[in-house]
Formats: sequence, C-alpha cells, structure tokens
Amino acid sequence: MTTLRRELARAGAVAWKDLTTERRTKATFNSVVFLAALTLLLFGFALGPDAEALRGAAAGVLWLTVLFSGVLAFNQSYQLELEGGAFETLLLYPGDRRAIFVGKLAANLVFVLLVLLLIVPMAAILFNLPLLRPFPGLAGVFALGTFGFVTLGTFYAAMASRVRAREVLLPLLLFPMLVPLLVGAVAATRALLAGDVMGDAGSWMRLLGAYDLIFFVASLLAFEYIVED
Amino acid sequence: MSATVLRPIDSVLEPPARWVGWLGWWALLFFVGAQAVGVLISPPDRDMGHLQKIMYVHVPAAWTSFIAFGVVLIASIIYLWGRSERADLVAASAAEIGTVLTGLTLALGSIWGKPTWGVWWTWDPRLTSTAITFVIFVGYLALRSFVDDAERRARWSAVVGIFGALNVPIVYMSVKWWRTIHQMQSSPSTVDPEYALGLRLNAFAFLFVFLYLLARRYRAAKLERAVEVRQDARALGGEV
Repeated sequence: MTTLRRELARAGAVAWKDLTTERRTKATFNSVVFLAALTLLLFGFALGPDAEALRGAAAGVLWLTVLFSGVLAFNQSYQLELEGGAFETLLLYPGDRRAIFVGKLAANLVFVLLVLLLIVPMAAILFNLPLLRPFPGLAGVFALGTFGFVTLGTFYAAMASRVRAREVLLPLLLFPMLVPLLVGAVAATRALLAGDVMGDAGSWMRLLGAYDLIFFVASLLAFEYIVED
Repeated sequence: MSATVLRPIDSVLEPPARWVGWLGWWALLFFVGAQAVGVLISPPDRDMGHLQKIMYVHVPAAWTSFIAFGVVLIASIIYLWGRSERADLVAASAAEIGTVLTGLTLALGSIWGKPTWGVWWTWDPRLTSTAITFVIFVGYLALRSFVDDAERRARWSAVVGIFGALNVPIVYMSVKWWRTIHQMQSSPSTVDPEYALGLRLNAFAFLFVFLYLLARRYRAAKLERAVEVRQDARALGGEV
C-alpha cells in the first residue's frame, strides 16, 4: 500500500511540475484555447448560417474542436523535457516509470478540462445550446470522453514527440484510435442536448467508460516498453 | 566477424528460396483457377447478374486481411515477449500486406456498392470500421518509416500494432451501434452451394497469395535490415 502511495506521490510531483511550467509560461494554453475558439467560429461559417442546422451539428463540432486543439498539447508535454535533455534524467529516477505516465496524464487531463471549461460555454453561446438542464450528464460525458482522449494522447505522444515529423505522426496514430470515443461522446452529447428522450445517453457513456478502462490499463502495461531506452 | 554484419538475423524462420518459388507458382495457378470457376462456371445471380462475382474476391480479401492483422498481433506480442527481431519483421511484412488487402476490400466493395446500393460509399459499420482499420495500419506503417533506430522501431511498432488490433473490435461495435445497413456478410454457409465453391476456392487462393507475399516481403525486410546494419557499421567506422 505504501508503495502505491509513493508512486502516486511521484505521479503527483510530475503532474505538478508540468502544470507549474505551463502556468508560468501559459504559452501552450493560450494558443490552444485561441485555436479552439477559432475552430468553433470556422465550423460556424462552414455549416451556417441556418441556426437549426448548427444546433444539430453542435455536438460533433464541439468534440472535433476538442480533438483538434487538444492534440497540440500532448507533444508539448514531452517537448520541453526532451529539448532540455531532462527526460532521460526523469527516466533514471528510481521507482516505477508508470508514475511518469500517470503524472503526465493527470497534467494533460487538467489542461484539456480547463480548455473545455472555456470552450463549452463559448459553443453554447455560438450555437445556442441549452447547457444547464442536462448539466450533470454532460459533465459526465465530457469527463469520460476527455479521459480516454488524454490517455491515448499522452501515450502516443511519448513516441511521436521523439521522432521526425511529430506534428503529423501524432494525429495519424491517435485519431483513428479515437473513433469509438468520438462516436460515443458525440452520440451521448447530442442525446443529452436534445433532452435524452430515448434514454440512450447512458449506454453511450458505458461504452466510453469501457473504452477508457481498456486503454488506460493497456497504456499502463505498455508504457514501460515505450520509454525503456 | 563480417558474416554477422552481413547476416544479422539467422535464417531459421526463412523457408528455402526454392519452396517460396514453388509456393508462388502454386498460388498463381490456384488464383487463376479460382477466378475461372468464379467467372465461367458459377451461375450469375438472379438480381445482381455477374456483378455478384465481385463477392468472390471482395470477401476473401477481407478475410485474409483479418488473418494478416492477426499475424501482426501475434508477432508483436512475440516480439515484446522475447525481443526476436524476426517477429518484428514478420509483423511489419504482414501489416503491409494486410493494409493492401484492406484497401482492396474497400475498393472492390465500392465498385460493387455503386450499382447495387446506388452509392460508392455508405456509413455502414462494416465499411466504416474497415476504413478505420485501414488508417490505423497506415499509421502503423508511417510510424515504422519515421523511426530510424531499429530496436526502438520494433518495440514501438509492436505496441502500436497491439493497440491497433485491440481497437478493431471496439471500433466495429461502436460503429455498429451507431448505424447499420450492411447485408449479412457472405460466407459459404449464407450463400447458395453453387456460389460456395467459388467463395471457398478464392478464400484459399487469397490465403496462398498472402503466404507467398509474406515470405517474399519477410525476405526483403531481412535484406533491408542487413543493409541498415551494414550502413550503421560503416558509419561507425567498423568492418563491413
């Protein structure tokens, strides 16, 4: 038990370090939020101006915006360390390396959830969405969807950030893997925004939960193989 | 010493070149024979006419691509287990052939779909999950081409291959719940016995072609590896 607690403390330290770096520079956060807002506007121009059509497409637009802007954060979370040669040092510390993965995962989770906190109300205004009534359910969908997205994003970025053409490789590896998550998250969000009359948001959320669990466990098991050199 | 540089991987797994040559001729003959049965002997479908005969190549291509991705999965697990470079090269070869076969499945299905359904593409689960499988393994091949260090490439691509194979059934189920219009997939038990023969023969024809290509591609991969090792040795100023 104490081992687990110690590993969690190590993960917490990694997360705290990543978040502190980001808080002091705000370089990535500001540009990701700006890009997300811009993407929402661009989708509006591409699909509008019919207000009904926009509202129908809003769930998909929102999730694609999260995916396209969030993906920029993942490479960045390794980039700083790789440039400073600090990643090798981090790997040399005693203890389980999975703590590094969990720590980076937690930091990225906070990052993307903060982006969502700004982007979702903006989408609600732009696309005229009723946010308050389905709020508890929507928060659950966003939490589950973001967790799966960030898990695989953090995992694949551990590879992609260390090769040439990392900006291309990460989405190429990540987005096909995210199809079940995208399908489930969009369907659940759409159902909840429409009042969930068919009551099927719950089963989509179960799909998201299962997806999150499978890939979280798989990533934990496989992370050692990714960073062993 | 130079021998180890030239042949970094021992040739236990590689079948003798003569056998591979015979396998190639056998696969070619079988393939031509299966097409002859499909095109000449089997009767045209009552509704679809000769168009139905695309099934004889479309369905076996899909089956064989599943076999190929199964090989990727197993070889990747073997690689992570015992770090055998051969397993990595088998996985890479199978992934390449599987990607080609998946592309072929999509193209043939599209050609069949246009006159039958009236569209080249529909958002049906089987089509969609096949397309996603295709891009997952294109990503796998892209990763391989971007990583220069052989050991790291093998390790990473084994993990990506396992994740990809793990995701295929999840993609399929999620898209199936999303929407469905594909007809029941064809197999010898769902089609008339007159068609089953052509389908069975083609399934084996594709399997033989797959095995032949796998043997060839594996040999090519080994040679590429040998060249890589040699270049590294030369760059380091060692004996070549």
